[in-house]
Amino acid sequence: MEIHEEHRDHQSQHLPRVLVIKPPPPLTLFGDKFISRSFQLLKAYESSLSLEQFLISHAHSIEAILCSGDSPVTLDILRLLPKLRLVVTASAGVNHIHMPECRRRGIAVANAGSIFSDDAADAAVGLLIDVWRKISSADRFLRQGLWSKIGDYPLGSKLGGKRVGIVGLGNIGLQVAKRLQAFGCNVLYNSRSKKPVPYAFYSNVCELAANSDALIICCALTDQTRRMINREVMLALGKEGIIVNVGRGAVIDENEMVRCLVRGEIAGAGLDVFENEPYVPKELLELDNVVLQPHRAVFTSECFVDLCELAVGNLEALFSNQPLLSPVTAE
Amino acid sequence: MESIGVLMACPMNTYLEQELERRFNLFKFWTVSDKTQFLKAQQNNIRAVVGNATAGADAELIDALPKLEIVSSFSVGLDKVDMVKCKEKGVRVTNTPDVLTDDVADLAIGLMLAVLRRLCESDRYVRSGKWKKGDYKLTTKVRFTGKTVGIIGLGRIGMAVAKRAEAFSCPINYYSRTEKPNLKYKYYPSVVELASNCHILVVACPLTEETRHIINREVIDALGPKGVLINIGRGPHVDERELVSALVEGRLGGAGLDVFENEPHVPEELFGLENVVLMPHVGSGTVETRKTMADLVLGNLEAHFLNKPLLTPVV
Repeated sequence: MEIHEEHRDHQSQHLPRVLVIKPPPPLTLFGDKFISRSFQLLKAYESSLSLEQFLISHAHSIEAILCSGDSPVTLDILRLLPKLRLVVTASAGVNHIHMPECRRRGIAVANAGSIFSDDAADAAVGLLIDVWRKISSADRFLRQGLWSKIGDYPLGSKLGGKRVGIVGLGNIGLQVAKRLQAFGCNVLYNSRSKKPVPYAFYSNVCELAANSDALIICCALTDQTRRMINREVMLALGKEGIIVNVGRGAVIDENEMVRCLVRGEIAGAGLDVFENEPYVPKELLELDNVVLQPHRAVFTSECFVDLCELAVGNLEALFSNQPLLSPVTAE
Repeated sequence: MESIGVLMACPMNTYLEQELERRFNLFKFWTVSDKTQFLKAQQNNIRAVVGNATAGADAELIDALPKLEIVSSFSVGLDKVDMVKCKEKGVRVTNTPDVLTDDVADLAIGLMLAVLRRLCESDRYVRSGKWKKGDYKLTTKVRFTGKTVGIIGLGRIGMAVAKRAEAFSCPINYYSRTEKPNLKYKYYPSVVELASNCHILVVACPLTEETRHIINREVIDALGPKGVLINIGRGPHVDERELVSALVEGRLGGAGLDVFENEPHVPEELFGLENVVLMPHVGSGTVETRKTMADLVLGNLEAHFLNKPLLTPVV
């Protein structure tokens, strides 16, 4: 018995290490899926050492990192890991990873690929219907016993025939578009480049807003998209317009959006993301025409299981010199 | 037409009320304290009744109005109109089909997403400040894409629900009085069998004597602890007591309800549950559609009194 254990320990000592600074939610819930013959997780968050000390002491064995949005891979961290070959993130976004340094050193990055697309698209459409048809606010009304007391609830807004402008027609945006067509919405979009799709393209997000009844933000957060949804865009969207955001909070000028909502310069919003999570501007908490979600658009059990399998698949590919399953390529 | 007496059964739409007042001699039934007395006094004046899903024209009312010629319902469902009596007495009946199909189907999908993805619960979580405090209950929701949807009643609304669910890659199964030919959806000959073969069950059929309590204990058991019921039909389609106890006891996974047996009364046990979403009978409740419905009611009444063909007659 002891000999086998020693043998196993001896073997695992030779397994490449995958650093985890903070566990991504899928790992927390489905840890058993990360047991592999190809690698061993190195959990910095279970150590009493400071992160820097931990990295320095393990630098020689760390070949990969497993992270997600709330566990940034900074320049400082990268500099402490000379053997690093791959960063795997359990997210679609890579704005929390220092991409220029990764590119410079030839460190590959793998993300969640298109695994999120369906769940994120479902959340976006759910938020759109919720805001236009007042689902969460009517549910609140009923639970307060007001239907019997006050009577009818204010009418919502019809989806059919509405123009919905998708900001960012990537994997998620495309899935949103496909769903919206079934509701009779006219789909328009803005993206870095025109795509071979039957939807009207607007090269300028302000023009998109001027021609839309709702904007759905599905794009990544980059230097170009930061605060892209600004006052000008919101005024172009207009008093009847609504915004749904399942991308990143910082794509919208949040303070400006709050002002526009409070003043009625736009009609409502469905938000899964915020500039400074978990902080949500308190004015929003008082509004009936907004639907607020704690950045969980992709938190379905099915998605988490898929994410675990994809992350493990990418790591195993690295360590067996196979092509990565979902590499992020430079665009 | 200002002399033609029209009885409006209950408040339903301000625009409709104003237009009826403008064009006809409108009687608002809900403002009358002694209804029997009122009907006796006005029985020779009232030639039309405007009703909706809440109040329509039952046998008693029809019998009390000997000059009644037409009942125009501000709804597509006619469970509040005694159709047998109307046919017997030659009273015309109109409703508002098609114009509200999309809105009702949209709400059905909205309810599915809200229940499975816990949109309302998460909104409450953020508003309560719990997210900020890091009270981070890491639970996952259920994916909607790809879930099997079972539809009871594949009429206009049922088909519209199916079309939308298909865009989410949901396989569609259905129960109907008869199997429909040439459909890519799978037919089940009973509601219990349908309930055993879907994740989300949607009630989209008319309310009749046959379909009252079509969702009973047996069906709820078949749908099970992971199953979700969506009711966009009528409250009496569901045995509400059974539904409430199944939800409270965890024998049913969740429910999205736009209708209740005794509106506006909603069973209070539901208020404490996170796996239900409750709406105040707003399937057709959009500004655009209610106006279109009102215009259809007005159009039918005008057509009748001008001896023109009715726009959307049922009898």
